Amino acid sequence: MLTHSELERIANELRIDIIKAIYNAKSGHPGGSLSAIDIITYLFFNEIKRTPENAFDPDRDRFVLSKGHGVPALYAVLARLGLIEYNELMNLRKLGSRTQGHPSYQDLPYVEASTGSLGQGLSIAIGIAIAGKLDKKNYNVYCMIGDGEMQEGQIWEALMSAPKFKLDNLCVILDYNKSQIDGYIKDVMDLEPIESKLTAFRWNVMEIDGHDFDEIEKAIQTFKKILDKPSFIIAHTIKGKGVSFMEDNIEFHGRAPNEKEFEQALIELQKLLKEKWVKQQG
Amino acid sequence: MGKATRLAFGETISNLGEINKDIVVLDADLSKSTTSYIFAKKFPERFFELGIQEANMIGISAGLALSGKIPFCCSFACFITGRYDTIRISVAYTKANVRIIGTHAGIGIGEDGTTQMGLEDVSLMRSLPNFSVCQPCDEIETRELIKYSIQHKGPMYIRLTRQSLPVIFNEDYVFEFGKGVTVAEGNDAVIFATGALVHEALKAHEILKNESIGLKVINIHTIKPIDKELIIENAKKFGLVFTAEDHSIIGGLGSAVSEVLAENYPTKVIRIGLPNVFGESGSPESLYKKYKFDGESVAKTIKANL
Repeated sequence: MLTHSELERIANELRIDIIKAIYNAKSGHPGGSLSAIDIITYLFFNEIKRTPENAFDPDRDRFVLSKGHGVPALYAVLARLGLIEYNELMNLRKLGSRTQGHPSYQDLPYVEASTGSLGQGLSIAIGIAIAGKLDKKNYNVYCMIGDGEMQEGQIWEALMSAPKFKLDNLCVILDYNKSQIDGYIKDVMDLEPIESKLTAFRWNVMEIDGHDFDEIEKAIQTFKKILDKPSFIIAHTIKGKGVSFMEDNIEFHGRAPNEKEFEQALIELQKLLKEKWVKQQG
Repeated sequence: MGKATRLAFGETISNLGEINKDIVVLDADLSKSTTSYIFAKKFPERFFELGIQEANMIGISAGLALSGKIPFCCSFACFITGRYDTIRISVAYTKANVRIIGTHAGIGIGEDGTTQMGLEDVSLMRSLPNFSVCQPCDEIETRELIKYSIQHKGPMYIRLTRQSLPVIFNEDYVFEFGKGVTVAEGNDAVIFATGALVHEALKAHEILKNESIGLKVINIHTIKPIDKELIIENAKKFGLVFTAEDHSIIGGLGSAVSEVLAENYPTKVIRIGLPNVFGESGSPESLYKKYKFDGESVAKTIKANL
């Protein structure tokens, strides 16, 4: 188990990798990758504990990234864990790479499912969770959905169905970064009130700061204790978190930084690492 | 008259459920119609009722397949293939080992009308990489196809009828995936037919026999991958090819045969099927007559083009 300070340091190092990968690709989704990276880092390092050895273990915990456009964050974690090469991460979106623009299960089975056409990953996660129950396995299934994605009809079908099957091995995490391509969620198609909707749908609902490792851990530990119903974590996040000019800037939902922006982003992220962790060590 | 192919499916899958514990069946509030209820009664713990949520059901099937199960995901052909993008990404692109069961194929369902008729489903499913598309023509072939599907690797779309169909094959029939089956010989014309229309083609064979015209009838149970060699071989022999399906002529069996011939042995193809229209309500017999699917009309179409 890594300390929260170690997780925070890793997540910030991975932010640099994400920015580099998207800059190399000259396209991609930095905003939603940076908002998701803290949660994905926590899950893979402290819960799922994925290694090259357990990657296909039938008892492994699963993580399905339903918001497939955030995949640079997932690739960055997979690279850090040694499941893919660092240069594969840097070949994001390039011809012949396993690091496709959106997760492709046939190219890279560590992603657990092909996603990116929004609204579909949660149903797949439910299927995996049902199989776990059928086979009396103890694995957990984590599924991250996007807030814009939550406007999809299939998501609500899925939200209606998981409690029916008493899937207490399923934990959905909403990366609630408040914006989508065409604008703020509240203007495009408001989701609120999310908490009461989900409670009415018979989920165990929790609300956290998705960048605070104490809160992430607490919610996941609560999920693991709740019986007979699935859990839903509303994780309030900041789109583009960690790079000042990307934060809460819809422009960076789906565009790569140019050279100047790239350099500026690296300066900021490196400065953050240096100040916080070098100082701590000193 | 034999059984509807949907019923043969329900009976077969509930028998196979005893042997293979990985089989799971899902339905979206149509289990009585698709006949998946037979499995549900026998194996309630391996049957999942999703209510009227076809897209979610398809995705859940994909997740079950990714966890080693063999899901049979059932609904009407039109409703289930209508959730195309979920099939495209969650099943086809993921290459999840799901069997999509689409019952109530074609105008043959009759009175319920267009909204319940699968008329473009083959066209949709045939265009998806990794997918195989099959349509059996009687209860025996259905049983053998479903048995085969357990070992098949990759997603399959299986198209079944609401209406009962005569029995063509014997108990010892061997299903060969991807291979056409000659069900009647003839030396003057050839027709490739699938599903319910195999029987109409056989009726046409009998009618034409009385007029000394020999119609060869080939049953195509696997529409994708299609039996290329058999099609080319027969095109060479007859110089003209007929196709028949209870489906749109756009993208179905007729298109599949035409594609093979256009690239390999350009031959005129006359397609019997729905000509770029929706269906309508009516008795199955009256609809088959109106759209020239019945044996008599098939015989007339063949004679008129010879």
